[in-house]
Amino acid sequence: MLALRSCAISALLFAVASVIPFAAQANDIAQFKVAKGSVYVERDGQRLAARVGTPLQPTDAVVTGADGSAGITFIDNSLLSLGPNSVLAIERYAFNTTTHEGAFDAMLRRGTLSVVSGKIAKQSPDAMKVKTPSSILGVRGTEFLVQTRD
Amino acid sequence: MRAYHAALAAAFLILGGCAASSRDLVVLLPDKDGKVGTVLVQNPKGNAVLNTAYAASRSTPEGGVRRETVSKNEVNDVFGSALAAQPPRPMSFVIYFESGTDDFTEQSKQEVKRMLAEMARRQAPDITVIGHTDLVGSDRSNDTLSLQRAERVKSVLVTMGVPAERISTAGRGRREPLVKTGDGVPEARNRRVEINVR
Repeated sequence: MLALRSCAISALLFAVASVIPFAAQANDIAQFKVAKGSVYVERDGQRLAARVGTPLQPTDAVVTGADGSAGITFIDNSLLSLGPNSVLAIERYAFNTTTHEGAFDAMLRRGTLSVVSGKIAKQSPDAMKVKTPSSILGVRGTEFLVQTRD
Repeated sequence: MRAYHAALAAAFLILGGCAASSRDLVVLLPDKDGKVGTVLVQNPKGNAVLNTAYAASRSTPEGGVRRETVSKNEVNDVFGSALAAQPPRPMSFVIYFESGTDDFTEQSKQEVKRMLAEMARRQAPDITVIGHTDLVGSDRSNDTLSLQRAERVKSVLVTMGVPAERISTAGRGRREPLVKTGDGVPEARNRRVEINVR
């Protein structure tokens, strides 16, 4: 009976998870803490509306519209925020919560970005890179801004 | 430093032909506590080290960079929306146990209340519970011990109504003592659990 019940609960949880594309996953690396106007996540070729609480996964891209802005907190306490008409691709993210070793590569394809670096950059000064289509930024810390235009 | 620049140069080779030319502006800001970090900007034909407040680099049509200093007004004109969307800064709360028990000290109970109040002030808050040990014992044993302490605090927080899926745990072992001591020194202030609210 107990097994049956927990099976039913699992089935229910699964059903809920499949209708909410952004249910919490083990590989979540960040969360939207601010989402104003149109903000989207591009994942596996799909574009999904983002709101406060939406998690991010490695290799997601964040897109803001003309009226959009977004603030994202990563699990290593890196804080990234985007102004309007921006596209930010997370190219690589890894963080070891015990040793604080990790790797963080992000690409600002378009728009404006504010960065407050977190535990990854603090532990290893070469572990965080922010790129644009024509520049590479080595991040030794801590707070900086990037704009890129075509 | 030289190896680092070599690595960046190698990364450029990999980017290779697909590197389009874009017009970039990079600005270093002072931190909240007034300190200034460092950002190395590398373009195909030049690089810049930004290490003073409001130091900026602007890409040139030739593919190089020009160093300059920008005003706060210009920063607000270009980056106002991005800055206004910054998430709230993470906050840390430190918890101690009564010696030899799983009970929080009186002071720590108050700290937990402050932590819950901070969570209530935030939108979609999540927390990481991080265990720390003193410098007695090996890395390996302290990694295990610190994670166990973090898990205990997580289970207490769940009974207090914090949703389990909002809590992650980590064991930092002996890597981050609050009080610097020699190896093998028992130090109660280092045996603690930190709750990081985001």
